[in-house]
Amino acid sequence: MVNSEADTIAAISTPVGEGGISIVRISGDDAIKVAQRIYQGKNLEKVASHTINYGHIIDPDTKQEVDEVMVSVMRAPHTYTREDVIEINCHGGLLATNRILQLVLSYGARMAEPGEFTKRAFLNGRIDLSQSEAVMDLIRAKTDKSMKVALNQLDGDLSRLIRHLRKDILDVLAQVEVNIDYPEYDDVEEMTTKMLKEKATDIQQRIHSLLKTAKQGKVLREGLATAIIGRPNVGKSSLLNALLHEDKAIVTNVAGTTRDVIEEYVNVNGVPLKLIDTAGIRDTADTVEKIGVERSRKALDAADLVLLLIDNSAPLTAEDEKLLAATKDKQRIVILNKTDLPSQLDLDRLKELVGDAALIETSIVKREGMDQLGAQISHMFFDQGIESSQNNVMVTNARHIGLLHQANDALSDVLKGIADGMPVDLVQIDMTRCWDLLGEITGDSYQDELLDQLFSQFCLGK
Amino acid sequence: MKSAESLKTSDAVQYEGGDYDVIVVGAGHAGSEAALAAARMGNKTLLVTISLEMVAFMPCNPSVGGPAKGIVVREIDALGGEMGHNIDKTYIQMRMLNTGKGPAVRALRAQADKHAYHRQMKLTIEREPNLTLRQATVDQLIVEDGVCKGVITNTGARYHAKTVVLTVGTAARGKIIIGELQYQSGPNNSKSAVKLSENLEDLGFDLERFKTGTPPRVNGNTINFDETDIQPGDEEPHHFSFDTPDSQYIAVSDQLACWLTYTNPTTHGIIRANLDRAPMFSGMIKGVGPRYCPSIEDKIVRFADKSRHQVFLEPEGRDTDEYYLDGVSTSMPEEIQNKIVHSIKGLENAQLMRPGYAIEYDVVAPYQLHPTLETKIVKNLYTAGQTNGSSGYEEAAGQGLIAGINAGLRAQGKQPFVLKRSDAYIGVMIDDLVTKGTKEPYRLLTSRAEYRLILRHDNADFRLMEKGHAIGLVSDERLAKMEAKKAKVAAEIKRLQSIKLKPSDEKVNTFIEQHGDNRLKDAVAAADLLKRPYFDYQTLLNFIPAPQDTLDRHVIEQVEIQLKYAGYIKKEEVKVERMKRMEAKRIPADIDYEDIDGLATEGRQKLEKIRPETLAQASRISGVNPADIAILSVYVRQGKFSKKGEQE
Repeated sequence: MVNSEADTIAAISTPVGEGGISIVRISGDDAIKVAQRIYQGKNLEKVASHTINYGHIIDPDTKQEVDEVMVSVMRAPHTYTREDVIEINCHGGLLATNRILQLVLSYGARMAEPGEFTKRAFLNGRIDLSQSEAVMDLIRAKTDKSMKVALNQLDGDLSRLIRHLRKDILDVLAQVEVNIDYPEYDDVEEMTTKMLKEKATDIQQRIHSLLKTAKQGKVLREGLATAIIGRPNVGKSSLLNALLHEDKAIVTNVAGTTRDVIEEYVNVNGVPLKLIDTAGIRDTADTVEKIGVERSRKALDAADLVLLLIDNSAPLTAEDEKLLAATKDKQRIVILNKTDLPSQLDLDRLKELVGDAALIETSIVKREGMDQLGAQISHMFFDQGIESSQNNVMVTNARHIGLLHQANDALSDVLKGIADGMPVDLVQIDMTRCWDLLGEITGDSYQDELLDQLFSQFCLGK
Repeated sequence: MKSAESLKTSDAVQYEGGDYDVIVVGAGHAGSEAALAAARMGNKTLLVTISLEMVAFMPCNPSVGGPAKGIVVREIDALGGEMGHNIDKTYIQMRMLNTGKGPAVRALRAQADKHAYHRQMKLTIEREPNLTLRQATVDQLIVEDGVCKGVITNTGARYHAKTVVLTVGTAARGKIIIGELQYQSGPNNSKSAVKLSENLEDLGFDLERFKTGTPPRVNGNTINFDETDIQPGDEEPHHFSFDTPDSQYIAVSDQLACWLTYTNPTTHGIIRANLDRAPMFSGMIKGVGPRYCPSIEDKIVRFADKSRHQVFLEPEGRDTDEYYLDGVSTSMPEEIQNKIVHSIKGLENAQLMRPGYAIEYDVVAPYQLHPTLETKIVKNLYTAGQTNGSSGYEEAAGQGLIAGINAGLRAQGKQPFVLKRSDAYIGVMIDDLVTKGTKEPYRLLTSRAEYRLILRHDNADFRLMEKGHAIGLVSDERLAKMEAKKAKVAAEIKRLQSIKLKPSDEKVNTFIEQHGDNRLKDAVAAADLLKRPYFDYQTLLNFIPAPQDTLDRHVIEQVEIQLKYAGYIKKEEVKVERMKRMEAKRIPADIDYEDIDGLATEGRQKLEKIRPETLAQASRISGVNPADIAILSVYVRQGKFSKKGEQE
């Protein structure tokens, strides 16, 4: 995708992390319009040029206030770039400034390239010719520096996540393109809007969860380390299978110290979970005694989140009580399973032991209570902010967040198009846009990849 | 008796053959369009071809159009080219593809009577007043001080011209390969042109070697059609040219059908057992073949898990029973080809008439071309078609038209003509070729066009006829007809926007509820109702008065498309608009990239090689990053490379 000189651009124009006030600058035809969308105060589109206006930046999605600001409105041509320029003076520190930039980038501006304000100033005749060498030096110098920064910020795992997303979108795009360019090729399923809707919804959910975690300033590197514990026959294996069934699991073999530990990844309501020591749960051929407290305890040490299962159809055992005590200081969800069977247990006693922790009733074999469990995990993660002990990836990069937002909007357009009864190849336009936007994050280009995919995946003739 | 020595063509005594404005070398699909365009623009034009029997010949599939390609044919027609008219006069089957999809990707395809197609184009060329058609092989270009001034033929004629267009196709040092057999040849066993390639190399051109192929042909009388599935044409009339009236449509019962059969594990076994004799894999073929049109042996190897592949049996014409086996392009030995064919259902007893073959040929690496298709190395010399690395009759014709137009304009001392990516598929194709180059024979696909909703087959007349008229290839009468259609579309859209349907209208509410939608709450414009998926124009007329004059279906189609897809069309137009600023920024021809500090090494090398003409084109070169573009735009603005002050 080509960056155009007709775009409205934005950046933080003060040195990062220095001083109390920082400035987000926007330049271009839509500068004032973009600012107005996230600003509460006077109507910026009506105020006089070269005025400073007091107000608040509001996130239009959540209606939450982000910062108290002063906004300078400067209309073309008497500005630095000779375009309409907005400068938002923020007071709330680095995080708030970053958040404001994210909003600006989500609502119609694109991230300025290094030196781009100065470049525009020159191209629009604001700076004279003698300074142009300096402009070019500046662009090059800033590019070299920002390339390094950008590479550092684009963490391997974020880019891996985005590439997964793009790969899935690419499969969809390629299939639609094959349908179009090779309509008589009968070996590929016709991509219907119904299928496209499923794909778009799935991808949008994944972008949502990225954005949600980004909101907290993090994306989990590997997911929340999650331990499923409980005494034998309580339903650990069923729970594991139920979770895996909800999501296509990625199983990796990690060479452990004493034996292979299998880790499985699932995504529950947008929360990535890394299920630890699932082999221990699966290993039913092992003697039953082995899968007791000792085994669970090891898993406990590594866990960010504990799912502790209790059997509703049997009285509480000493083992149950030990496990409850051992997880007392952990982020945990206690699951009272087998509610389809007559209750044999002292519920009051259990509630007492569970305390403030969440208690969810399930019948995993009957698939009852799974939604509540998912909702609870999501609630604890997004609202209560359980943290991963793994390394966190910061997606504080406003450019990435802005692009993710736009990619999300593109998917909303896909879904709207489908709802309006538009044909697949038109809906595809927005799907492609989403793909392009994600590609801007990882720096990949469209067409060659698509054609490669087309010709490697499908055997095309006529 | 003369000795063999004296029969060498180089011994022909040279003579002055005459002066022309434009000479076109090669009369395939590119050459035919180039010559007709140049001549119709008022240039005295010479068209030279190796064989008069090969004028607009289809050495491969007997069909025209299809996705993207069909749109190119419409574009050629709208610009005043010939391909649309020619196929409308000579088709044997017509089908609209992708009818279940959106308007942007609908595609017309015709099965051609390939002999009638050739004869019709030859006749049109013969009857063109400014155009001379002559059989000869061009051995050499006349080039003085880097400017092309004519050609020399094997028969010794020296023809002079202001501009020359080369459209030599696979004849360029062509070599046919069938199993272990290989020999010098152009397409379909015609003569190949060896000396011209050598001459181009001497002039400094970088030539690449490409490969393409064609399947065997069989005698239709020996096909058991009962074992295959019929593929008939369309009932509803369609034509490629905007000029051809529906009344001329051939009834389906009078069209010829195609037939579908499949390869099977036996076929695949035969191929696998003989891969050591396949030139594709033995290393005999060095040229790069197209991925989108693989040979059957390539399909078997690359897609080993597929148990069958489609084979379309396509008639080659009305006065022949020869059938083209679409899907089994191959260069296996003839012996194996026989076995392959006989293993296919319905072809058990089919008699091979011509074996399939692979052909290798020379290509002028297209980075050596301007977007006008003039070469950067020799001035006033233009190239088009397979010579530029493309594949396909339509791609060739599209480039031929542009090369012919520009050769004609240059001969007349006029400004060149370039189509943007947002103007036409032809613009996309030429920009791709000259900016990105190609590693394999280039075929147009709809996915190559970033503005494909704007580049539809149905609006090619609106997009391009004015341009064709300005060049002199579209008559006043034709233009007026298009403008009248445009006006009718606009008037009807305006009328539909002004008609309001009220919530009290029970008839329309009943219809809406039948489709599971909510009753009208407020008055709604008829134009907005049409946007709903369950409405089309004819349905709408049940609830509103009909227009005064009955509208023809092409006008109705435009009204529907422009209203139904307005949101998407608008979005693409915004994208086009954003690129315009960059398209308008021209990079002066004499720019010295060595003189620009700060360009990254890769960017500098690519810019030097491609020498883009606008900032937009520069930004599409792979390996040129945004910082390079930023620096380049500052440098261009600076204007220090040019004392003439070319910058705006």
